[in-house]
Amino acid sequence: MSEEEKPKSPAEANGPEGAAEASERSAESAVEALSTEAAPASGPAAAPEAAPEAPVRRKETDEEKAARRKAALEAREAAKAAAAQAAAKPAPAAGGDAPAADAPPPPPPSPNQPRLDRAVQLLRERVAEDAVLEASINEPNGHLPTIVVKPERWYACAQLFRTHPELGINYLRNVAGVDHETHMEVVYHLLSMDSGHVYAVKVRTDRERPSVPSVTPIWPTANWNEREIYDLLGIDFPGHPDLRRIMMPDDWVGHPLRKDYAPLDPEV
Amino acid sequence: MQRYWDSPVSWGHAGIFLLGALAVLAVVILFVTYAIYFERKVIGWMQFRQGPNRTGPLGLLQTVADVAKLLLKEDTIPAKADKALFILAPALAFMPSFLVLAIIPYGLHLQFADLNVGFLYYIALSGITTIAIVIAGWASNNKYALLGGMRSAAQMISYEVPLVMSVVGVAMMAGSLNLRDIVLHQAGYFWHWNFIPQIVGFAVFVVAAVSELNRTPFDLPEAESELVAGYHVEYSGFRFAFFMLSEYIYVYAIACLGTILFLGGWNPPFPQLDFIPGLIWFALKFACIVFFLFWIRATLPRLRVDQLMGLAWKVLLPLAIANIFLTALGIEWFGKGG
Amino acid sequence: MIRTEELLLNVGPQHPSTHGVFRIIVKLDGEIITEATPVMGYLHRGTEKLAENLNYTQIIPYTDRMDYVSAMTNNYVLVHAVEKMMGLEVPERAEFLRLIVMELQRVASHLVWWGTYLLDIGALSPFLYAFNDRERILQLFNELCGARLTYNYMRVGGVKWDAPEGWIDKVKDFVRSMYGRLEEYDDLVSGNEIFLSRIKGIGAYDAETAIAYGLSGANLRSTGVKWDLRKNEPYSLYDRFEFDVPVGQNGDCYDRYLVRMAEIRQSLRILEQALEQFPEGGETMGKVPRVIRPPAGEIYVRIESPRGEIGCYIVSKGKAEPYRLKFRRPSFVNLQILPKLLVGESMTNLVTILGGIDIVLGEVDC
Repeated sequence: MSEEEKPKSPAEANGPEGAAEASERSAESAVEALSTEAAPASGPAAAPEAAPEAPVRRKETDEEKAARRKAALEAREAAKAAAAQAAAKPAPAAGGDAPAADAPPPPPPSPNQPRLDRAVQLLRERVAEDAVLEASINEPNGHLPTIVVKPERWYACAQLFRTHPELGINYLRNVAGVDHETHMEVVYHLLSMDSGHVYAVKVRTDRERPSVPSVTPIWPTANWNEREIYDLLGIDFPGHPDLRRIMMPDDWVGHPLRKDYAPLDPEV
Repeated sequence: MQRYWDSPVSWGHAGIFLLGALAVLAVVILFVTYAIYFERKVIGWMQFRQGPNRTGPLGLLQTVADVAKLLLKEDTIPAKADKALFILAPALAFMPSFLVLAIIPYGLHLQFADLNVGFLYYIALSGITTIAIVIAGWASNNKYALLGGMRSAAQMISYEVPLVMSVVGVAMMAGSLNLRDIVLHQAGYFWHWNFIPQIVGFAVFVVAAVSELNRTPFDLPEAESELVAGYHVEYSGFRFAFFMLSEYIYVYAIACLGTILFLGGWNPPFPQLDFIPGLIWFALKFACIVFFLFWIRATLPRLRVDQLMGLAWKVLLPLAIANIFLTALGIEWFGKGG
Repeated sequence: MIRTEELLLNVGPQHPSTHGVFRIIVKLDGEIITEATPVMGYLHRGTEKLAENLNYTQIIPYTDRMDYVSAMTNNYVLVHAVEKMMGLEVPERAEFLRLIVMELQRVASHLVWWGTYLLDIGALSPFLYAFNDRERILQLFNELCGARLTYNYMRVGGVKWDAPEGWIDKVKDFVRSMYGRLEEYDDLVSGNEIFLSRIKGIGAYDAETAIAYGLSGANLRSTGVKWDLRKNEPYSLYDRFEFDVPVGQNGDCYDRYLVRMAEIRQSLRILEQALEQFPEGGETMGKVPRVIRPPAGEIYVRIESPRGEIGCYIVSKGKAEPYRLKFRRPSFVNLQILPKLLVGESMTNLVTILGGIDIVLGEVDC
């Protein structure tokens, strides 16, 4: 809930005042996040936005920059004060990042945060308001901006990633399927060769009839990767030109990489 | 030997012919055994390793062991193969190779049969082996074998033309197709031999000969890495041995022909070395050519089929024809040499 | 009228030139390929599924067997991923050892590629020369970690074995002599008319196609894209050393050949510098908890293996075993372009193109 608010704020910022307000709001939400224990593995979503020394890709006006810096400074003061209050409470242990458990200072803002925000903003504007479900920075992984996208919107999002000049993702690095017991997930690692920027996009789908739109028409790399995921996990990719098994024999029954897969020979 | 051919046939003479044929066969089989051994050794040394050195002293019995193994193998015929043709093909490949050995002169009086159309006899018979290879490819009922057989047919037919053309210059200079006469025409020392005036013909002959023998760089029909042994993929045991045997007998025949036609046969290269008998010279020159064949097998990669055809028709044939023309001009202006 | 039929030919899975158990179903019109369908999975051993029940140190031998020609880089990608997730420090000596073995492995892998590629093209001798040199590298590895092919050398936090006495000098000798050998190989092969006519202009594609298909390694660099993970996304100690990234122009088999030969030279250069700067003493293993339990989260790391970008994606739920372990295998992704390249080529060129992509089936199937 607090994570939902924070990504919305840059979109609503439409001027220096808006930015200041938004950052104040995010400072409050940061306080809320620190005191609640509901931080999932999506990292320091509660961190205040913008670091002054971050390499920002898009061209910002000076006013916006100044306002952001001021807002960040204010936010940090507020967060410090709030963290001092919440010092006694056990902070949530987010995945592998700065331990909020020992000292109250919250983790420093990620240098990739503005890029993540910009991407989310573009997706929200160009594709659909509800396209992005979550957005976070994966700090141990080199501050990888990670976005969770709705399956129905994934194809349009992929097109945006491919064609938009700011994102310019021309290289699909890796497509992985994961079977979380409650749902299935397909993770795409994207790279823009010209700028060297990386993104990770996750698409979640349910377990009974998992289905994720195929991005093979956009990035031909996905072709065999999706076939492998279909073969081993059973996720369907509508729009794929030739979806059939690739590793297992053609007449195999079942999807071996699933968590509930019962092998033919129980002793194996 | 010749006088036996010229006198009326009797049982005694027939016996002598049979013994002569057996002698030639024995020499050739001995050559094949040790040519295979030396090929493996020489190529091994060129590749920084030793060839066979375990079976027998220095590995000399390796080929004997291989032949024994092939003889003892199960005789498989693929289920849907054309049985009669399948069995016929190796024999048909081997017979002409042995037949062409009849006309090769090793010395002034060492020849099984002295035919006036010596070289033509060779060419006519070696074409039958091509038919045998196509039959082998077809009868195996295997797509790879068929591809190999087709390629081989195309290749051998294409390269026979420059091969023959390159020798026409030699025949023009010697005035005869009789192999003995050709060597007699080169009597003298190495500057009298045909490879100097006929250098273009010699080059064309060597290239065409390597291709006729299906050896690298022209070994498409047996290209292991593409066609998995090509036309003899379904042959095992002694039938396979027949194909290999016929290939090595052709190596023998071509090397002998090269020696006779271009390198002066049994003539010594220098007057000072006159005392060494002609047979030794013949053997030395012959060995040089065979070594050269092993050498290029170790060194060069393989040509693609279209490049091979292009080489035959667009390069070798025009060169051979140009050679004939130049020879004619040369004979007109300078006489026949000698 | 003569009636012609299309021939359906099965190349593999048992075939001398498919570099492993790999099958291509080829539709031929005479000698020209009209359609090619690769079939794989003959070597699928379920590494990813098995990894879900093993702890990270136990998975390391499995990584050796994926790309068995270049096992050190596979080891590295896994331990690097775990170290990054846990934020572990690797001591300098261990990192140097890792880098040295990875570059030696790159040279060995390219030698295998060179020898087998030329064997496919029909030249019999370079294969033996390449394996002679590779033998020296394998003996070095044997002295170091006891194995010639599947090393199981790296551990989370360092390496298992320290370099024995005199090992560094032996590697220096090898590097010095290898330069001369490369000259000899160039003399023997790179200028050969027949070889050039077999390779030039075959299997060409442009940079856009390469990027769209996700190619990496020499396949990508032969089109002119200067993308090498050791320079663009540095890992280990590569940013301390000077080396060039060779690129080609036309994206055909000849350029891939030249790029890989140049890469051997650059690896030798890196090795020289690394051996110069090799630290005298130091630990081979950093501070690692007894049970390796990365915190919950996920990570994707990638390094430059001789075949391209190899990546390791781990989802951890805080246990000693990974919840999901996926390897992004370069041969698997690089092979996707094969059906496209083969249409319209002759059968002979199939072998040339397939060899030029440089695949290892253990990696394709995982």
